[in-house]
Amino acid sequence: MTLQPQPLDEGSVRLLEINAEIERVQNSIAKTLSQHSYSDAAMFAIRLSLEEAMMNGFRHGNLADPSKFVEVRWQIDSNSANFHVIDEGEGFDPEAVPDPTLDENLEIPSGRGLMLIRAYMSDARYHDPGNHLEMTFRKVAK
Amino acid sequence: MSTETSRIRVTDLSGVMRVEFVDKDILDEAAIRQISTELVKRVEAAASPRMVISFRGVEHLSSAALGTLITINSLTKKRGGQLRLSDIKPSIMEVFTITKLNKLFQIFENSDKALEGFGGK
Repeated sequence: MTLQPQPLDEGSVRLLEINAEIERVQNSIAKTLSQHSYSDAAMFAIRLSLEEAMMNGFRHGNLADPSKFVEVRWQIDSNSANFHVIDEGEGFDPEAVPDPTLDENLEIPSGRGLMLIRAYMSDARYHDPGNHLEMTFRKVAK
Repeated sequence: MSTETSRIRVTDLSGVMRVEFVDKDILDEAAIRQISTELVKRVEAAASPRMVISFRGVEHLSSAALGTLITINSLTKKRGGQLRLSDIKPSIMEVFTITKLNKLFQIFENSDKALEGFGGK
């Protein structure tokens, strides 16, 4: 095992809910992940999690206010990819989101974004007051 | 600025609607809303709607798209019909499994199998 420093790619962007801009950021991050040899499965997981995180920010955080931004920051090296997704809302209690996988909740059409993020990322947590999601994908699970 | 080009292709196969997606990524909220409106209209126009939604060519799917599928599933059931899903690639199947929606939907390997025996034909 070597302890050579890993090249790190980082960036940040403030986005409005404009599909073309979101896609451009997604594609740019995918390109960086590919350069760091992330697998197709990892890239699928990260793209989905980012999409869900941004959409939660726009819809639930910013309450679909088209003038409000979601900020995305990332740091990617060959071992892990770390993301911060921050909206302009007041935050929420992630523990208060009902479990969408319970039989009685299966037919409710919303509330699955956060559970997908938790399932696909190695780590996902909200910083107080709940408008700032930090999530990390590690190539080798802990 | 949005042009309302349909995001889906619908084929009528002896009374069964087979739906395919134009895009490989079903992520964009506005597109998903448009798909939902179109599907709801078609389901509501049928007496006992039978629909197969094929995911052939679909690479990414968001939770908002899952929400639309749930809505369409409930609506077809309410109208005495049935929704079946098919051609789901393994990475997307995992999304259904994680959310346990594989328990809610009738999922078939391909649209031929989904169409087979649909509605007691």
